[in-house]
Amino acid sequence: MTLDSTWVRAWIERTAEVVTAERHALSELDRQIGDGDHGENLARGFAAVRERMTELPDDAPPAVVVRLVATTLISTVGGAAGPLLGTAYLKAAAALGEARELDSDSVVSLLTAARDGIVLRGKADSGDKTMVDAWTPAVEAATESAGAGADPAAVLRSAADAAALGAASTEPLVARKGRASYLGDRAVGHRDPGAQSSSLIITAAADTAAESTKES
Amino acid sequence: MPTIGIVIVSHSAKIAEGVVELARQMAPSTTLLAAGGTDEGGIGTSFDRISAAVATASAGGGAVVLCDLGSAILTSETVVDFLDDADKERVVIADAPLVEGAVAAAVAAETGGDLDQVAQAASSATGVADVHADERDLRGGDAVERSTTIVNASGLHARPAAELVKHASAFQADVTVNGVDAKSLLRIMGLNVGAGSTVAIMATGPDAEAAVDELIALIDGGFGEKA
Repeated sequence: MTLDSTWVRAWIERTAEVVTAERHALSELDRQIGDGDHGENLARGFAAVRERMTELPDDAPPAVVVRLVATTLISTVGGAAGPLLGTAYLKAAAALGEARELDSDSVVSLLTAARDGIVLRGKADSGDKTMVDAWTPAVEAATESAGAGADPAAVLRSAADAAALGAASTEPLVARKGRASYLGDRAVGHRDPGAQSSSLIITAAADTAAESTKES
Repeated sequence: MPTIGIVIVSHSAKIAEGVVELARQMAPSTTLLAAGGTDEGGIGTSFDRISAAVATASAGGGAVVLCDLGSAILTSETVVDFLDDADKERVVIADAPLVEGAVAAAVAAETGGDLDQVAQAASSATGVADVHADERDLRGGDAVERSTTIVNASGLHARPAAELVKHASAFQADVTVNGVDAKSLLRIMGLNVGAGSTVAIMATGPDAEAAVDELIALIDGGFGEKA
């Protein structure tokens, strides 16, 4: 079983729905240790993505859809999440190349390229209390799952589970990057909003992959 | 000679515009562009605003970009990543304090500095809270030393300080005014020297004599201002 551009569109649509539904919760996390606009910024960015996606031809390959997400987020999300997630989708699009069908290995490449893009842009390491703390466990779990022969939907499910744990793992950490790093110990006990939204993005990928598998 | 433009990136449109306004006082003919706030005018940074400003500012010899907080740097770096390879080399994101760096960069650009010199002026504009922090003692050896009195009414304020730095920078010699580097605008301004004060000019190096002569003449001439 493989995933195609119908899944990519469904993933992005679902992401838009989820970040819109969760925007107040995300902004609340950001109010604790940042500037309080993460949810609104992402909701605005993905609303713009949704609108621009309707202008793409129906047969646009996955990379074209993902690249559109990248450029739209970069130009519509006012905070650090714009360039960070924008670079993630941009590198993911490059990793997809001309592919029309994604097998388990392509899903791993997509996640790995996205994570590498975030690290390239933000220069954060694991444990810095950033979105990297959701992405890196997701990449590791996906790699292991694909290595064990799992199908793309199962690979994404293990990535999503690891991302959720990763996001939760940021709560006891002191931030070493971003606005929260100015807070020192006061950031302890608060979940990083970027790790949380990244977990939502990867979970949306897993949920839509499970649904497209059921349909096919 | 192609001139260097400067882009001020801030989360706040007001900060970016204010920094441009301040720097423009000392660099009236330099391209200084503000790229602050989001497309909707809120707090944040805009890829499109920064892209447009960088494109305009770098049209001459290149552009130096100064940023306030982290995501301003992230967005600016992303803008540079999207440029063609040839254009990438003509844009430098300076690691510099926004206000001091912008003023120093503006003066360097106004006085004909190239891309490296303008970027260097910005990033060296640190630690100015104490202008004497790295005070240099050029006495001894072949140092040339002379003193004179500031005659222009406003003293070594911005424009005269910029003139002095511009003249001092034209010499190879190490030059100090009251012990601080005469080639650093912010240090000279930080001396806070007013009319009637005595200043000591000291220089070492091959053209030290000429450097001291020129700076003394500049000061005694009141920087072209009315006394």
